Amino acid sequence: MEIEITINGRKRRFDVEPNKLLLNLVRDELYLTGTKYGCGIGECGACTVHLDGEAVLACMVLAVDADGRSVTTIEGVADGDKLDPVQEAYIEEGAIQCGFCTPGFIMSTKALLKENSDPSEGEIREYLKGNYCRCTGYVNIIKAVQSAAKKMQG
Amino acid sequence: MTINKVNTHIVPIEFEYHAPGSLDEAVALLEKYGEDAKILAGGTDLIPHMKQRKTEPKHIVNIKKIPELACIEETPDGIKIGALAKLRAVELSPQIREKVPMLSEAAGSIGSVQIRNLGTIGGNICNASPSADMATALMALEATVHVYGKDGAKEYPIAEFFQGRSDVSLERGELLTGFTVPYPPEGAGSAFEKVGWTTFDIATVNVAAVLTLKGGKIDHCSIALGACSPAPIKVALAEEILKGKEPTDEVLEEAMEFVAACVEPRKRWRRAPPEYRRRSSQALAMDAVGRAVEQARRHQ
Repeated sequence: MEIEITINGRKRRFDVEPNKLLLNLVRDELYLTGTKYGCGIGECGACTVHLDGEAVLACMVLAVDADGRSVTTIEGVADGDKLDPVQEAYIEEGAIQCGFCTPGFIMSTKALLKENSDPSEGEIREYLKGNYCRCTGYVNIIKAVQSAAKKMQG
Repeated sequence: MTINKVNTHIVPIEFEYHAPGSLDEAVALLEKYGEDAKILAGGTDLIPHMKQRKTEPKHIVNIKKIPELACIEETPDGIKIGALAKLRAVELSPQIREKVPMLSEAAGSIGSVQIRNLGTIGGNICNASPSADMATALMALEATVHVYGKDGAKEYPIAEFFQGRSDVSLERGELLTGFTVPYPPEGAGSAFEKVGWTTFDIATVNVAAVLTLKGGKIDHCSIALGACSPAPIKVALAEEILKGKEPTDEVLEEAMEFVAACVEPRKRWRRAPPEYRRRSSQALAMDAVGRAVEQARRHQ
């Protein structure tokens, strides 16, 4: 099937089988491997991308279903070599260890801060509960979100 | 646990994909392919099921291109919610938060933000999982279900929609289009409670309550219980006991015995044994009714 998806601001055309997942399209056809395959059943959040600006799980979306829509992956977050404030905050606060969950966390954090520019710790924990980190723990991640919120408020 | 013992990297089955632009087109496709077709709405149940080969449809009918199915609007009869309304939209809708806050609370308790951005209220109901949180909430709110088929539109009470575990009363070629949630009576209090393995998990037990007080006594009363029988149910006996009585601890405790008695044990109950469900349904119903009473008192 012929589909057209705007990925990280660029319109792209694909010819895909209907059973192709958005996650595999992004990773295997475009080599945008920042978006991770974690559990494949919507529990871990490692494959979080933005679909029309909303955080969703790319492992549960068919590529054909994204036809005509816009997708942002972690690769579309930085401006060239200039990191996004959320990315900077994660690095500064040591909220990254192995880094596997980080793209998902950053995409969820971006969505959170778009909706709520000054979230409380409880709100951060609630919003990010769909993202699992199995090594560094959540304390530094929450610090990073708070620090990113401050940065973005200027 | 059977989770993730299969390859969930890909959808291993092949199917033909349809994206109808209107209700009539969708219904024609469903009529034509019958059992071979599955409706794709949010996909948060369907896609994992296809990955695990629990379902192997030959045709997928994506209904997302039908614009009128995603509405949330106030009508004289209640709030009309399209089947395609995202769980996140139900959670955040100002109209729902104002008129039926318990529905928003129940929607917000499901999965994660990412799941709620995909999953729809119609999908939560049509999968007919006994633990579907929207189902229990809509039962307590006594919602009406709207169905569209080749003979046109029809509607019936949500209690008649559930036929049992994973089974709903949709005929071949029929599509759930949405719900009308009647406005609860003036001054009503309502609450939704659930418990799962984690806050992220599906419910092991969920309870929804809507009630009003008249002169300190319970007047209107509606309690629904989920995940304890093949489909969510209304706990009519407990409602009857509470009606016309002052909500003292003794009265509530007496009524809650009937909630626990509604638990219908299943042979294989992975998440929790029957006794756990009996006790937690009783406790959760107590919490829900207690919270609804407090709310109703504040409204008086």
